[in-house]
Parts: sequence; C-alpha cells; structure tokens
Amino acid sequence: MIEGPGLRHAIAGTKKLPMALSELANPSRFLAVVEPVLPWLAAVTALALALGLNQAFLVAPDDYQQGATVKIMFLHVPSAWLGMFCWVLMSVAALGTLVWRHPLADVAAKAAAPIGAAFTFVCLVTGSLWGRPMWGTYWVWDARLTSVLILFLMYLGVIALWRTVEDPSRAARAAAILTLVGAINLPVIKFSVDWWNTLHQPASVFRVGGPTIHPSFLTPLLIMAVALALLFVTLHLAAMRNEILRRRVRTLRLMQADTAGS
Amino acid sequence: MNLGAYADFILAAYAVAAVVLGCLIVWIWLDYRTQTRILAELEARGITRRSERAKPHPS
Repeated sequence: MIEGPGLRHAIAGTKKLPMALSELANPSRFLAVVEPVLPWLAAVTALALALGLNQAFLVAPDDYQQGATVKIMFLHVPSAWLGMFCWVLMSVAALGTLVWRHPLADVAAKAAAPIGAAFTFVCLVTGSLWGRPMWGTYWVWDARLTSVLILFLMYLGVIALWRTVEDPSRAARAAAILTLVGAINLPVIKFSVDWWNTLHQPASVFRVGGPTIHPSFLTPLLIMAVALALLFVTLHLAAMRNEILRRRVRTLRLMQADTAGS
Repeated sequence: MNLGAYADFILAAYAVAAVVLGCLIVWIWLDYRTQTRILAELEARGITRRSERAKPHPS
C-alpha cells in the first residue's frame, strides 16, 4: 500500500481530503517533516514531564481525605484519557483506511495500538494501586473498571491481528473493522459512571458545569496531562516512522526475492 | 516530602508507569535502529527503491 503502484492509487483516493493531509499522504514527505521535529518534541516532552512531576510531588497539597494518595491521580487520570483518545485516533485512522484509503492511515493505526495499550495498562495498574488504600480493594467488577479492562483487551486483540496477518493492506482492513466495532466501548467507558451504580467516582474534570476539582489539584493534573499527551505524540510519530521504514524493508526484500528468482 | 502511610502505593504506581513507558520508549528506539540498519544493509547490496534509483547522482 505504501510503496509501488498502490501508492498512486491511494493518493488518488485522497484528493478530497484537506490539502495538508493530502501533502502528508506521501510517506517520504511525512518522514521529511517528522525527522527534524522529533528531537525537539522529545525535548519539550522531557521538560513538560519534569514540570508535571515537580507540580505533582512538590507543589500539589495532600487531599484532606485521601492524603498523599491523590498524587496517583496525576498519573492515573491522564493515562485513562490517553488510553481512550488513542482508540478515537485509531477509529479515525480506520475510517481513513476504509473510506479515504489514506496511505498513512493504517500506518498511524498500527503505530498507535501498542502506545494506547501501554497507557491503558498504566491506567489500570495505577487505578488498582489507588483503589487498595482508598476503597479497600485492588479490583471490583464495576462498569467503569470492567469497560476499561475490555479496552485493554481490545488493544491486545488489534495488536495480535496486525501481527497475525502478514500482508499489511489485508491486516489494515481487518484491524480497521475491529477498531470501529471496538469504538462502541468508548461511550460505555465515559458514561458508565452515570448509567450504572459504580464504586468508581463520576467525572470531575470533563463534565457539564465545569470541573469540581480544586485548582491546586487541577493545575498539576492538567500539566501532567499535557506532558503525557506530548509523550504520546512523540512516541506515535516515532512509531509511524518505524512502520514506514519497516514497509520499505519489506518492499526491498520482495524486490530482492524477485531478482533472485528471475 | 512526606508521602504518608501509603507511600508504597504511590511509589509503586509511579514506578510501574516509569517501567512501562520506559520500555515503550526503548522498544521504539531499538526498532528504529533495527529498521535503519536493515535498510542500510540492503542498499549497500544495491537493492534500492525505484524512487531512489530515479534520483540524479549528487556528483
């Protein structure tokens, strides 16, 4: 899909997309844009993480009820947001694969899956470690925890699918369909705390009527969210670059096999 | 900085995140090195992409 005649066909299919997206549809152009940006992005991410950790450990006060365990929130909540956001990104990429045939859409989806899985895993583990002292248990099968666990399992399913099907374009279509089906879980995660009686607390940042968290906790939380989002973007762009290179290697090896066979 | 009675839980949460995200960073970095090394080896053997062959020689 990325290389050879398929690329012309794929680019022809992107004519209706906005100009910026069409221009980035060329993997070589994408690499030319991303290569110089990545070191700067990594540096900004490191600075933002340092600032966020400083805020979390040295500036944010202890909660009057939860004590210092509130510091787990600065890691747990952004990880949950990014775990869900990554699936949204993969769903948009799935549409890009199935509808617009954007040549970078399946590259973006494949590169995002392990990163989304990692953030969702961090969300589950940190939530569990926060739950034990606050709820008295590491785990309950309530709707929020269970739906996030399902999200993590779906990430593993998509990763397994990518690794099982050898042909990237066939794997892309199968993974895109699975991703779009899995997107049904996203509103379930978001509204589970409203629809069902859960041990997990309702939304306290993104809610109608504004955040209910005191600014002394909200500021470090948002700084950590920005820092981890920057980390996500950096890792995703780097993983996309790797995937493009991997497909070039595959193309060259097929050419080598053709040459050896003829 | 006093993390109180539940310091172990707080430190374990940050440690797990550091290990998971650290492994992810290292894995992506090693993958980049592997792919660039293989590409360089293939190109050294004269196996290049059509677009690369079409480029004018720098000299």
